[in-house]
Amino acid sequence: MKKQRFNISKNNFEQCIKCTVCTVYCPVSAVNPNYPGPKQAGPDGERLRLKKRYFFDESLKYCMNCKRCEVACPSNVRIGDIIQSARINYGPKNPKVRDIILANTDIVGTMSSAFAPIVNATVALKPVKAVMDGVLKIDHHRTFPKYSSQKFETWFKKYAMAEQVNFSKHVSYFHGCYVNYNFPQLGKDLVKIMNAIGYGVHLLDHEKCCGVALISNGLINQAKRQAENNMSAVRKSVIDNNMPVIATSSTCTFTMRDEYPHLLEIDNSDVRSSIELATRFIYRLIDSGEAKLAFRPDFKARIAYHTPCHMEKLGWGIYSTALLQMIPGIDFTILDSNCCGIAGTYGFKKENYATSQAVGAPLFRQIESLHPDFVATDCETCKWQIEMSTSAKVLNPISIIADALDVEATRKLN
Amino acid sequence: MKFDTIIIGGGLSGLTCAISLSKKGQKCAVISAGQSALHFCSGSFDLLGYSNGSLVNEPLKAIASLPETHPYSLLGADRVASLTASVKPFFSEMGITFHGDESRNHFRITPMGGLKPTWLTLSDFTPIETADSLPWKKAAILNVSGFLDFHTAFIADGLEKFGVECSISAFSLPETDRIRKNPSEMRSSNLARIFEEEETLRKLVPIVNERGKDADIVILPSVFGLFSSRSMELLKSLTSVPICLLPAIPPSVPGIRVQYIIREYFRHLGGIYTLGDTVASGKFNGDVLKSISTVNQGDIELKADNFVLASGSFFSHGLAAQYKCVYEPIFNLDVVADADRSSWCDSNFFESQPYMSYGVATDADFHAKLGGKSIRNLYVAGSVLSGFNPVKESCGAGVSILTALHVADLIAKK
Repeated sequence: MKKQRFNISKNNFEQCIKCTVCTVYCPVSAVNPNYPGPKQAGPDGERLRLKKRYFFDESLKYCMNCKRCEVACPSNVRIGDIIQSARINYGPKNPKVRDIILANTDIVGTMSSAFAPIVNATVALKPVKAVMDGVLKIDHHRTFPKYSSQKFETWFKKYAMAEQVNFSKHVSYFHGCYVNYNFPQLGKDLVKIMNAIGYGVHLLDHEKCCGVALISNGLINQAKRQAENNMSAVRKSVIDNNMPVIATSSTCTFTMRDEYPHLLEIDNSDVRSSIELATRFIYRLIDSGEAKLAFRPDFKARIAYHTPCHMEKLGWGIYSTALLQMIPGIDFTILDSNCCGIAGTYGFKKENYATSQAVGAPLFRQIESLHPDFVATDCETCKWQIEMSTSAKVLNPISIIADALDVEATRKLN
Repeated sequence: MKFDTIIIGGGLSGLTCAISLSKKGQKCAVISAGQSALHFCSGSFDLLGYSNGSLVNEPLKAIASLPETHPYSLLGADRVASLTASVKPFFSEMGITFHGDESRNHFRITPMGGLKPTWLTLSDFTPIETADSLPWKKAAILNVSGFLDFHTAFIADGLEKFGVECSISAFSLPETDRIRKNPSEMRSSNLARIFEEEETLRKLVPIVNERGKDADIVILPSVFGLFSSRSMELLKSLTSVPICLLPAIPPSVPGIRVQYIIREYFRHLGGIYTLGDTVASGKFNGDVLKSISTVNQGDIELKADNFVLASGSFFSHGLAAQYKCVYEPIFNLDVVADADRSSWCDSNFFESQPYMSYGVATDADFHAKLGGKSIRNLYVAGSVLSGFNPVKESCGAGVSILTALHVADLIAKK
């Protein structure tokens, strides 16, 4: 009798009691019957894959890695991790050209920023979209995020860096690709708030993309290299310089805290608790009385908050919403817990476009029925998806707080 | 982060308690470690179906026959009576309506075609008046082709014992065949999503009318109404034969609906509901619980004046067992359980299983006990309580709802 060699799992799939609750809350399973569903793709399939790797099912690529299965699971099974690990360990090793382009947010961002006006205009042209759709299989319905001519890092070094040493307390800022290449204003807004409450903001020593898109597109070795780079930058900040690391993207934060150890097998336990979202960092200061915010009395807005899937997984929506609710002039609604459907680069792929929009439909309907002034959310790809699929304008909570903040009054309070 | 009351557990009991307290003006948070046992709901809520192994017709009159450690005995017969009277209005305010009342049990049809005593049956299900007869001579049992979670032959066997002549048939629609592509995901929740579309639902009308034309009743699996009972009401209004829904194998559509409605109602009252987070520990000061820490919230402690433990039984990990003991995993509270492992189970599966009545020990006011001492601000509600057997006594939902409402009153009156 042939013995099963690897019969003990590193993950906890044995905890699954087959209750099928994950299936109920899987956004993909609800709309795409080609996906085997979280229970089959995760713990059930793992049992087989451990026996023979040919049980790996190509259709696991339909998993968006939203982790809603894990949030729903009554038995704490890391279903999403099991599925993504299976893709890493048993999936195809040669990603398509398209996936390499979509995944390399750093390289593409650097090149595009240099020629931002040309790139922005070009990717919006119908013939270009048709070519991208036909040749690269990037769906032509997609609106590409605009690139900024000046990178956030360039702006920061030129206009903000010098004065940061004047503060008595300090944090490092993991800005992520989106702030650096597409929307530096969010980074500027963060600096504005942190400075107002008495914190100097610093860049990490050579931050690289968190790697979430590399992981989901199968570029694991590159993801590991970037993760190692980021962890050494984080350690330098947290351990050597005693500066916690804050970020404005829920997905970057989640990736560095949880995907690094769970999917890339990179141990971050010494600094994990010092990587967090800016809203949580600021909330903690306010809750403990160490910081105070003063808001402009004339700020008025109707805001609907969308909780990104990775924010649900982090469980930190309470901090972003609590901060926003501190603004006196706002009318605030928390939207139902629904995935927007984009899942990073997933929704850009032609084969996923229909699934992506079907997943997001309930969220889009709710937003349109509320017609808020802004949708607030902590994830940049949720923002692209909601702005493309509804009439709403989407802002990060940090940008809304920065706009509502009375900077002078706040400085005096802190 | 500070609340008036924090409820640990987001199922039927936890949310009932949280809603009741929110309505009394309290600021509440519910911490839920995953979706609840409501996903196994039959469509009915039981109060007390059996006492000492015999059928109970008038549950309120049978309270006196229960052992003094039973949660109903702790409440007292008068209190049980006054609380039960408030339950239907409590739920109808949220849009959940029932057949039945507490003065006399009615009966629900089980997935095996048997009859069990119950208290309240969701309005889109069918209450049966007597324990030994059904009001039909001929039944047409319909299933969706390929749906494996509805066992028509068992149902027919069961109903035929009551003299009902049964026909069994299956039907398919393009929409149901589409999800049949993936048999492991052809679950009641995914079928219910299809029938949320009114156009698809209307396609059932001629099928029900045709297959049921010689029958007194058409029996369908409960795959209607994920978010409200609207789809079933519409279908019933359009067909010429009466329809009776029978529960399918979990995940339970009526249970998902109840969970969704009560959670959204709680959020609408301003409550904070976090899912997928586990309470790791608590800080006590003498006989008072000061704060709790959770896996997701890390160093940010959650403080409250009062706490409610409604963390469920073994399924929800409110109780856990090691080789040598049964224990309460968050605070290691005192439990009522046999020390000797061999007495946990009866080797006859169909006998009353002793472990089913294990749970957290409380004083007469439902305070949890730690080291023999009552914790003044930590209350216990629902299936984590000791002293009852939800299966053998058919009293699970009743204990969950009544103890939750009672504890909410105790906290509000403090």
